[in-house]
Amino acid sequence: MSAEKELIFELSKPGRVAYSLPENDVPDVDPKNLLPEGMIREIPAEFPEVSELDLIRHYTELSRRNHGIDNGFYPLGSCTMKYNPKVHEDVVRYPGFAKIHPFQPGETVQGALQLMYELQQDLAEITGMDQVSLQPAAGAQGEWTGLMMIRAYHESRGETKRNKVIVPDSAHGTNPASATVAGFEAVTVTSNNEGLVSVADLKKVVGEDTAALMLTNPNTLGLFEREIKEIADIVHKAGGLLYYDGANANAILGKTRPGDMGFDVVHLNLHKTFTTPHGGGGPGSGPVGVKDVLVPFLPVPVVSIGEEGYFLNYEGPQSIGRVKAFNGNFGMLVRAYAYIRTMGPDGLRQISENAVLNANYMMKRLEKYFDVPFKQHCKHEFVLSGNRQKKQGVRTLDMAKRLLDFGVHPPTVYFPLIVEECMMIEPTETESKETLDQFIEVMGKIAKEAEENPEVIQEAPHTTLVKRLDEVRAARKPVLRWEKGNALQDK
Amino acid sequence: MTYRYLPMTEQDRREMLSVLGIESVDELFQDIPEGIRFQGSLAVPKPLSEPALTKHMGRLAQKNASFDQYASFLGAGAYEHYVPSVVNHVISRSEFYTAYTPYQPEISQGELQAIFEFQTMICELTGMEVANSSMYDGPTALAEAAGVASSVSGKKKILVSAAVHPEARHILAIQAKGLGLEVIEIPCREGITDLERLQAASDSDTAGVIVQSPNFYGNIEDLSLIEPIAHQHKGIFIVSANPVSLGLLKPPGEFGADIVVGDAQPFGIQVQFGGPHCGFFAVTRKLMRKVPGRIVGQTVDEEDVRGFVLTLQAREQHIRREKATSNICSNQALNALAAAVHMTALGKEGLQKLARLNFSKAHYAQEQLSRLPGVEPLFEQPFFNEFAVKLSKPVSEVNKALIKQRIIGGYDLGRDDEALIGSTLLAVTEMRTKEEIDELVAELEGLL
Repeated sequence: MSAEKELIFELSKPGRVAYSLPENDVPDVDPKNLLPEGMIREIPAEFPEVSELDLIRHYTELSRRNHGIDNGFYPLGSCTMKYNPKVHEDVVRYPGFAKIHPFQPGETVQGALQLMYELQQDLAEITGMDQVSLQPAAGAQGEWTGLMMIRAYHESRGETKRNKVIVPDSAHGTNPASATVAGFEAVTVTSNNEGLVSVADLKKVVGEDTAALMLTNPNTLGLFEREIKEIADIVHKAGGLLYYDGANANAILGKTRPGDMGFDVVHLNLHKTFTTPHGGGGPGSGPVGVKDVLVPFLPVPVVSIGEEGYFLNYEGPQSIGRVKAFNGNFGMLVRAYAYIRTMGPDGLRQISENAVLNANYMMKRLEKYFDVPFKQHCKHEFVLSGNRQKKQGVRTLDMAKRLLDFGVHPPTVYFPLIVEECMMIEPTETESKETLDQFIEVMGKIAKEAEENPEVIQEAPHTTLVKRLDEVRAARKPVLRWEKGNALQDK
Repeated sequence: MTYRYLPMTEQDRREMLSVLGIESVDELFQDIPEGIRFQGSLAVPKPLSEPALTKHMGRLAQKNASFDQYASFLGAGAYEHYVPSVVNHVISRSEFYTAYTPYQPEISQGELQAIFEFQTMICELTGMEVANSSMYDGPTALAEAAGVASSVSGKKKILVSAAVHPEARHILAIQAKGLGLEVIEIPCREGITDLERLQAASDSDTAGVIVQSPNFYGNIEDLSLIEPIAHQHKGIFIVSANPVSLGLLKPPGEFGADIVVGDAQPFGIQVQFGGPHCGFFAVTRKLMRKVPGRIVGQTVDEEDVRGFVLTLQAREQHIRREKATSNICSNQALNALAAAVHMTALGKEGLQKLARLNFSKAHYAQEQLSRLPGVEPLFEQPFFNEFAVKLSKPVSEVNKALIKQRIIGGYDLGRDDEALIGSTLLAVTEMRTKEEIDELVAELEGLL
């Protein structure tokens, strides 16, 4: 493969087609006879003109310029890049799931509604919550939905001055952003030197204006917030509620439940813990579960069961309303449901046990090469610091790029923000010990290179089709689309 | 029991525990306080083998009436169109579907380039200068557009046409609550936005005007008359559009729209009970730095080779955190890819033909139905592939009878608006044959 690949538009040749449309079996209607002149398009959209084989070769080559889980290890912290089972991709394409309309009469979609109903039940059980809405399209939308429910809850009690959401300094960026978009002010609670929420600081931050605390547990450092009960008590006593960011739920299946920890609302990322493919950035799915106290505020509809079977239940006078059109990301729900049915209760527990053992094993074996900022057992992920290597002139970014030369997707880097030169590693349970050992070996090799031959890391990657890309230029002189004649010349 | 997704053997476990110097995995969970450790077994069903799973899933699927067995006239925001075989083959390449967001561009050029091409196609389609890499769906894209209008103008009032999809208006309402925006609904007149009411509501506090065209009732709005009202007080003009219609209709960009949103679902994405679909978000170059979500840009590598990266990230939540104007993180990349493949397959000519087919079929159906006693066109407006008619019997009763004949009837407009009880919204895409349309007409003739 050459380094540079033509755009589909650059392959276009007038006269070639890749479409096959049904014959028109009704009288052809000329829009000019029915529409006002000014409404009709005069300049056609410049879509590429290629044959079907051109199309297939183009996208096949693009796929070969891309790295997915099926290509190799993908220890991207906080993203839970586990294996995406193939059978899920088959069942979701059954016509009875793929080719049904959200507005069909209930009696014609009983199978789909049953699946959603059972998934609501299963996710409530797994999280220790009382009721689940499958509507949110992604984790961030789940966060916002949860916060809007919390807002409605406080307002229903006449507590309109609770305008602050407390977020740890180790939190995902979506947490404070969701708080802002839900109309709250995000305030930070700091972490202590063990990497956990500082209870002392929390006591200072919490107050009559507290609407909620958002927490990921285990947190983004991969550490379990041991003082969660006390944290929950502090927030509840102050009149606030607790929000559980389910990004790290892969650590706790069958081991502990947000509902039992004292959380009032939780979202799950089905594209993390429940194997729905990340798809190169989406689609995801972010169901929310709530305790009884928040059930009245859940988005509608939820799926209920009645005398005539399953139905979309729009009852909910205090509901915050609808957050997503139709029935949420149903295709992702089908996959998550299939996964839960495949694993069963013991399988779910083993997922978390193996994920946690894998992470601890890697952390232990990597500690001789890299700084481990928090020396205690981790959960499903852990962080390393590249500080030692930085002194040798090698940055974490350089090491990430060097990993590309070994066919490994790098860990999450420079996050959480509270660890310098951070690398956040999440192996998941679907990776074998051999894969972990290979990664550890590669990391050891890179650590050695940093001492002996830092240039090879600083100049990495060496084996990829393109080398490091000029991101500053991309942002300063944005070229965000192809235009006739601009592409190859206007570099 | 063993699980095919869990490769850890007993021997692996022992070796790993021994490296850690511990006896059992439970020791790794000692930091969970005893009181909140989960005891016993989760009350979820027992595990199924793959053969048992596929059988179970097959049975659930068979309980649903699919488009393969029923002729559907449902639209109302989600449309059955032909999905070419190439789409499924491309999106089934696991290099695409098992990848994360392309944060490591050197090994993600395929995804990045495909999205760059998608952005270009959305720009071409809508007549806009910049498009992002996709949004959750059309309705959430519309709600986000209201946020952009407010952030750009520094004002809080959003005027939205009552002919915008009702679910999109619901989502807009809750989004507006979060952002502290005031939403004023502009009523319809004869199935399109009432321009006098729009003019009356528009003032110097107006941040933006939102219309949908073709609107929820299928009617085409006259954007040339709405644009001056939207812009008279420097508001942002937001148009939601059905992308297939833009093969035939003048794109909103040519009418001076500032933001064009919609859902790319009609291009290569299955209806699948309502999601996941694929929102698109296109703007003028002026608003480029206000767009929510991810954007792919072109650049070069150290050897001057063209490549693509995620760009303008200073807008996004992972950088801006609480200062972000949107919390969107994921997009619908795989569905954007599906849409790009379908748009490529259609090409310049196929897009126009597809639009014309939809237009012809819908007009044939409307004409045939309008001849029936008991069926009356609800509006006298230009439409694309969807139209509303008033029936002489309750819509739910009619739809029930149609189901028995393997026909999925239209959307009951009385669901959202009491004034429209008895009216149904029918979509007729290229998938409906003349025979199926004639059958619908014959059935209705018998029923009404």
